[in-house]
Amino acid sequence: MSAQILTANRLDDGVVVYLADDGTWAERFEVARVARDADASADLLLAGEAGERACRIIGAYLMKVADNETPQPLGTRETIRGKGPSILTELGIGI
Amino acid sequence: MYRYDAYDETLVRERAAQYRDQVRRRLDGELTEEEFRPLRLMNGLYLQLHAYMLRVAIPYGTVSSAQLRQLAHIARRYDRGYGHFTTRQNIQYNWLRLVDTPDLLDDLAAVEMHAIQTSGNCIRNVTADQFAGAAADEIEDPRVYAEIIRQWSTLHPEFSFLPRKFKIAVTGSPNDRAAVRVHDIGLRMHRDHDGEVGFEVIVGGGLGRTPIIGPTIRDFLPKRDLLSYLEAILRVYNQLGRRDNIYKARIKILVASVGAEEFARLVEAEWAEIKDGSLVLPADEIARIEAFFAPPPFDAPDSDAADFAARRGDDPAFDVWADTNLFDHQQAGYAIVNLSLKPIGGIPGDATEAQMDAVADLADRYSFGEIRVSHEQNLVLPHVRKADLHDLWRALDGLGLATPNIGLVSDIIACPGLDYCNLANARSIPVAQQISNRFADLDRQHQVGELKIKISGCINACGHHHVGHIGILGVDKKGEEFYQITLGGTADENATLGKIVGPAFAADKVTDAVETIVETYVDLRRNGEKFLDTYRRLGVDPFKEKLYATH
Repeated sequence: MSAQILTANRLDDGVVVYLADDGTWAERFEVARVARDADASADLLLAGEAGERACRIIGAYLMKVADNETPQPLGTRETIRGKGPSILTELGIGI
Repeated sequence: MYRYDAYDETLVRERAAQYRDQVRRRLDGELTEEEFRPLRLMNGLYLQLHAYMLRVAIPYGTVSSAQLRQLAHIARRYDRGYGHFTTRQNIQYNWLRLVDTPDLLDDLAAVEMHAIQTSGNCIRNVTADQFAGAAADEIEDPRVYAEIIRQWSTLHPEFSFLPRKFKIAVTGSPNDRAAVRVHDIGLRMHRDHDGEVGFEVIVGGGLGRTPIIGPTIRDFLPKRDLLSYLEAILRVYNQLGRRDNIYKARIKILVASVGAEEFARLVEAEWAEIKDGSLVLPADEIARIEAFFAPPPFDAPDSDAADFAARRGDDPAFDVWADTNLFDHQQAGYAIVNLSLKPIGGIPGDATEAQMDAVADLADRYSFGEIRVSHEQNLVLPHVRKADLHDLWRALDGLGLATPNIGLVSDIIACPGLDYCNLANARSIPVAQQISNRFADLDRQHQVGELKIKISGCINACGHHHVGHIGILGVDKKGEEFYQITLGGTADENATLGKIVGPAFAADKVTDAVETIVETYVDLRRNGEKFLDTYRRLGVDPFKEKLYATH
């Protein structure tokens, strides 16, 4: 099974967050808690459900990561979610 | 332009207050996301990749300087200092916090604006020709009827839970700048044989995963019958439109499945029951709304035209801009001015809060305080004295809004794509930027001539790729972004869907492919043919051969 982390959007501001090792919702994927087996993934999902019930986050789901020293998103979509829009900032707008 | 009366004012204020309470109950947990989602969507609030996104309604693309200043304020206060003008003449903010949106809606209500029905399965913003009330080729101002339709459709109790979204567009000119043939309902104003102005009614057009050029179901509809007839169409759709499959739920599917003739018959049968009832539009009501769209107090001396011509002769850069960015006004001594939101290498349709504030000031000085938003993602100052054009141009140039590229290859329509949108499969903005940079030489762009490129990041086609002269659709092939190219589409009165040219191109090849298409056209064109003319004469084969030639 490939490594996975849990991601969601924060309810009050929509910011992309990841479930961190310490159980908080962090804005950086580098500190996300990594699941490497089915049981660990199931635990992540339970934490996501708890976060939704507590009105902290919405739309939690598992995403695959490269299991490096710190987890790295795989694929364009999750990279953009994690790092921000990829567009050139000609007018100094965007990230 | 239309000004709110007490009813309108009360409606938006109450709606904002209602929404404030809904947000409170969501944050408190009284409402689940499943319960809250349809409520926030009915106020145009999406959750996108990075944050909440709000789509603010700009009715038929008309906005006052005061309203544009408020849109700038909203960008500054609640967002990251910019907004995005869309292919339905609205504005979107990409970086909002849910907790701020109640205050934001109050700020909109303060300037007679809202985000009502910019999402959800209801009648959306009614769009119109961005040159309405100004264009020399216009029969009548379509915004009068767009406003009437807006009022009829806002919070319409029978049509708040349609099978799917519903989009209406109106053109008052035979030269269709509102893309009426690819809307759920398109209305084309024209004269009958007695000279009376009425509507050709086109139903069941659309883009997305099933693009269709809408058929005409009624050649001439008198003005008095406009609302009752629309009501009949919506009733037939509401009753018979599919609700089992969201990909088959638009009215275009219904019209295609029963046939235009049968659909027309169903509408006429429904209409017969209601045509002389409460929805008849009395002449005095039409006149009341028309009065809001009366022309401004034009005042341009005859000498203006000569001054303008002289300035063009003296200033080559001004001359080039005047060549592409102006449109003929119905009033002597005036011009319609297009403000390009497509700077070379820039993000199509985006404007900073500083630009919005500055455009509001320029509108006050030069255009009777009025601005328009085009569905091609540019802005318009509709009523500018020719004598003021040079000063205006210099001001716009200083703001980065005077790129002389309207209708040219770098005047690209692009949806937000995978950089922002939850629905996207691929990015569209970087592709637009790369193409724009490839054609950065404006002399080259002018030599190429009119060429409309439209880019969508997914099959929902918000970038209108099906009706681009060159259309580009981003797709996901095994986790990689690829781009499928279509040729020969157009959204005007000869609306045509583009034809796929061949296999999709990888992200690092698509700009080369576009350049190959452009160069092929330039090599093959005759006698000043535009791209579309050459394509129609020769078909897709010459382009296909050049694109896919094996070496």
